[in-house]
Amino acid sequence: MNSLEHILPAVEDLLRELAPQVLGVLVRHYGDFAACEDAVQEALLAAAVQWPSDGEPANPKGWLITVASRRRTELWRSDSARRRREEIAAALAAPDPEPASGVDDTLTLLMLCCHPSLTRPSQVALTLRAVGGLSTAEIARAFLVPEATIGQRISRAKQRIKSAGAEFTMPPAPERSERMVAVFEVLYLIFNEGYTASSGSSLVRVELTAEAIRLTRQLHDRLPDDGEAAGLLALMLLADARRPARTRPDGTLVPLAEQDRGQWNAEAIAEGVALITETLASAPIGPYQLQAAIAAVHDEAPSPQDTDWLQILGLYELLDSIAPGPMVTLNRIVASAMVHGPQAGLQQLADVAGEPALAGHHRVDAVRAHLLDLAGEHEQAREAFRLAARRTLSLPEQRYLESRAAR
Amino acid sequence: MKYLILIYSNPKSRARWEGLTDAQRMEFGLAHMAGSAALAESGELIVSEGLVDQALAKRVAVRDGQITTTDGPFAEVKEYLAGFQLVDCEGIERAIEIAAQVPDAAFGEVEVRPVFDMSILDL
Repeated sequence: MNSLEHILPAVEDLLRELAPQVLGVLVRHYGDFAACEDAVQEALLAAAVQWPSDGEPANPKGWLITVASRRRTELWRSDSARRRREEIAAALAAPDPEPASGVDDTLTLLMLCCHPSLTRPSQVALTLRAVGGLSTAEIARAFLVPEATIGQRISRAKQRIKSAGAEFTMPPAPERSERMVAVFEVLYLIFNEGYTASSGSSLVRVELTAEAIRLTRQLHDRLPDDGEAAGLLALMLLADARRPARTRPDGTLVPLAEQDRGQWNAEAIAEGVALITETLASAPIGPYQLQAAIAAVHDEAPSPQDTDWLQILGLYELLDSIAPGPMVTLNRIVASAMVHGPQAGLQQLADVAGEPALAGHHRVDAVRAHLLDLAGEHEQAREAFRLAARRTLSLPEQRYLESRAAR
Repeated sequence: MKYLILIYSNPKSRARWEGLTDAQRMEFGLAHMAGSAALAESGELIVSEGLVDQALAKRVAVRDGQITTTDGPFAEVKEYLAGFQLVDCEGIERAIEIAAQVPDAAFGEVEVRPVFDMSILDL
């Protein structure tokens, strides 16, 4: 099967940009999301084959709308013999290949793909296909699972959307903010999936970080006044900026304090810092903005010693009060140790280690090891690093923790 | 998140199996097939396989560049792997739910092991 990744990057970018727009036009016209989504996928694949050899059509969006409509009609005809008479003729007429400009369905599509009737993995897969324009094969490769698994996840997700009676419209205001939370989480999951991929396997994986940033940028463009959309984009830019320094060529981890800051992407940092600075001054505060602000403080420090830990601690305390979670607690304790000393951090860690969300959490041991090391308790630190290495769920983290235990 | 679900066979579970009627064994086999089909349908299944008797196992070792093999059965082994499922699902709670659906869970124990991820804690 052909896929978009083998063609010229410019064509690929254009197809992915147009994918949600074309799908929006079709769903508005025909109504059935599942069949329209399949038809758009086929039109994208046809374009990926034809455009590089025949040349790009004069009206690429119109071309895709026409081809997808034709395909959708074929799909409809093939399974509609029994209800032929029920369908009105109008539904068979293709939509206008040059629809009114100014209508943008990307946001509506994102909301539909993050419908609450779907599991998170299904929301992620459907978003990448329907909004991102990725093929099932590409998504499967990105997540290192068989194509059939993703194919089934997507078709099941579409069935669920249908049986939940979800409409292709913006959800009403009270539901909208809840749905936005799901959209942010799905985009951030996609980002993290790519961000945490080891360098070894990145060659065969679609660049999920780049895809997440692209989709979040689209979201921010459409909702420029949404502080959290801006915060999420800034957070991704500021985290991704450190990626070149974050792992060694063999995939092992380089902690923040040991990274070569000269390798950080200055352009991405500048964009992220400008975005979060402007947003914090104008929008109501939210968890993604706070995480972006923390990332900005790290990224702006010329060396680890210059890090403004007092400011980071203040930001984590704020984050802890509006969006508490086990990782926020651990990071707040690390920041507190950097300000008040490792003993204070160890004391706080002992106070929270028994809380249900943290009891037995593999990263509690990693943080304890780190703080013991800072406190000069090297023997105890080694023991804690060993324990953390045994309990971690992450392979690069295990390698790093084992190397610390052996130091 | 990926999880490996390991189905072990031990003297106790084998004794239970030997006590089943043909009809009960048929039911057991069908329950396995239905379970795998349901996982495939939900888009969570990566692979599901049963393993032949450990008498047919071969242990492989390489010493000084020489490959040596030892044929099963291995006298010291009381419990061995009888089958496995690799699933990709939302989290450990769901993985436990899937493991509980494996018919063998009613005989003995089924083990759930998280597969390493690539996440990194920024310290």
